Amino acid sequence: MSIFLDENSKVIVQGLTGSEGMKHATKMLASGTKIVGGVNARKAGTTVEITGTNVPVYGGVEEAMKETGADVSVLFVPPKFAKDAAVEAIDAGIGLAVVITEGIPVHDSAWFWAHACANGNRTRIIGPNCPGIISPGKSNAGIIPANIAGPGTMGLVSKSGTLTYQMMYELREIGFSTAIGIGGDPVIGTTHIDALEAFEADPETEAIVMIGEIGGDAEERAADYVKANVTKPVVGYVAGFTAPEGKTMGHAGAIVSGSAGTAQAKKEALEAAGVKVGKTPSETADLARSLVSRG
Amino acid sequence: MDLYEYQAKDVFAAHGVPVLPGRTVDTAAEAERAAQEIGTAVVVKAQVKTGGRGKAGGVKLAKDPAEAKEKAEAILGLDIKGHIVHRVLVTEASDIAEEYYFSFLLDRSNRTFLAMASAEGGMEIEELAVERPEALARVPIDAIAGVDRAKADEIVAKAKLPAEVADEAAQVIVKLWETFVGEDATLVEVNPLVRDPQDRIIALDGKVTLDENAEFRHAEHAELVDERSQNALEAKAKEKGLNYVKLSGGQVGIIGNGAGLVMSTLDVVAYAGEAHGGMKPANFLDIGGGASAEVMAAGLDVILGDDDVRSVFVNVFGGITSCDAVANGIVEALKILGDDAAKPLVVRLDGNNVDEGRRILAEANHPLVTVVDTMDDAAAKAAELAAAGA
Repeated sequence: MSIFLDENSKVIVQGLTGSEGMKHATKMLASGTKIVGGVNARKAGTTVEITGTNVPVYGGVEEAMKETGADVSVLFVPPKFAKDAAVEAIDAGIGLAVVITEGIPVHDSAWFWAHACANGNRTRIIGPNCPGIISPGKSNAGIIPANIAGPGTMGLVSKSGTLTYQMMYELREIGFSTAIGIGGDPVIGTTHIDALEAFEADPETEAIVMIGEIGGDAEERAADYVKANVTKPVVGYVAGFTAPEGKTMGHAGAIVSGSAGTAQAKKEALEAAGVKVGKTPSETADLARSLVSRG
Repeated sequence: MDLYEYQAKDVFAAHGVPVLPGRTVDTAAEAERAAQEIGTAVVVKAQVKTGGRGKAGGVKLAKDPAEAKEKAEAILGLDIKGHIVHRVLVTEASDIAEEYYFSFLLDRSNRTFLAMASAEGGMEIEELAVERPEALARVPIDAIAGVDRAKADEIVAKAKLPAEVADEAAQVIVKLWETFVGEDATLVEVNPLVRDPQDRIIALDGKVTLDENAEFRHAEHAELVDERSQNALEAKAKEKGLNYVKLSGGQVGIIGNGAGLVMSTLDVVAYAGEAHGGMKPANFLDIGGGASAEVMAAGLDVILGDDDVRSVFVNVFGGITSCDAVANGIVEALKILGDDAAKPLVVRLDGNNVDEGRRILAEANHPLVTVVDTMDDAAAKAAELAAAGA
């Protein structure tokens, strides 16, 4: 098992014909992902050749789903067009939409999130501004390099892309059921809690690593959730102890205002919920290793 | 990007939100002239992007132009929470019957927008929220439905604004929502929103934060950037397209890839620094996925130009990028910079093609470069070198 994405997932790419879309579709295909199509209204009816595989391009998400049975879409659409692309995926009712795009205005993300809610949350959204999701050995929807770590028993959920890679690398000898980068924007679809809930229910996942960073109260809420609902061991890491108040450091969501959202507050909340929190990524990986070997 | 009060009020005025006439000036003499032109008693207000101006002596009433000059003299140059006052707003002194609070903001927890309003304005809203939470109405706003007249009426009722001003307050709230959406703001705050003796509603102050991700549809927002308030290193980095933030009180320059990893690097350096004379990170710099020689050179150039920096820690995880490309980038960057590179560099590479990356750095054998295998050890080495360079 794995969560949200498995060997049967049929993936389409919105923005396939752009340079980022092509580059990462190539990598996804190479790592065994079933890429069944792309979406570009202006190139509908054509095909794109990716390392020997002919991938059909459809005029819309709905058509692509009808023709291919696709249930996952990965969006490599520029910020300007991302809202419309996400709304299209939601309207088509696709099961999972992974929004990789960085730099989407928050009014646009809030809009498509409200639209997804109004449609009864039939579409799970991951991101925006995220590296996507990988179930190693099964499928890879996004830009997480497939060669960092193979399949295994760890579940990983992280706000940050490069910390996802770093943690997968540190724990590569254990491997992962699924690793998800949920994104560092102020408004995101899938949250730490959504991933924790799914990992708890996934028989293949033995232990969970959650990585947070300053800003918002997602980690505090996740801590409450762990305390009440998660029986599997969870270790945590929080980035941003030295971040100054009121400054944006790369992730639009990683900004501290007043006392809310500090790394210290998040660490304390997690520890109070029984989550062991590492001081550095390496120490966090050590904690995770100790949990799995004991189990 | 946070706006100054006078910029926020310009934006309000453009969207039909009532504000009082005023002039922004940079000298006391100009303040005197502005007061003459306005022709009434005036308020001289420090223009800084921080709260608590009143308490810091940054807001003063002046009954005539001579006094406006005197007050402006006292306010210009003030240091308010680390912000130096370069400019004051001279505005008509209004008669105030009542003060209210109003804001639209992003509610991250609920992934939507929120209106906050209170009939008790003027005070610090954080205090009101703690001391009398029932006096602060919080009304969730659906991002798609937005704020129409009916929603504005609901906000007015929940905030318990007096019946005499309910109609006008609702009109102003609709216009503030148009400001919030139309300008792609993440915060629009009016504290105080006042009722004057004629029952008119006026935005007496204004705080607006704009979403930089929305710049592509707001070319006009570029004009709101105030170069004077920018740190010189930050301005230089921005020119080179780098994602850089200067941190005060640090000695270890930081370059990394990915916002989360760089934030983590700052923390790890601060921990390591505890054992090395309290060395701290001097900046945040995320060179992103590419890490080409040009970007690396541009980043090193900015960091090495920071007089506070005594050592540099380059921390890269090769995910999409491979470490050999990063190593080549470092070697090339040092060639480009030549003698300008005069501070020790600690490099930690991991991930994709790491062996080749380390081999390239070993072969280049640059006298300033030390390669360390793990992030924690590299942070300690960088802190040690910074302490030694004191």
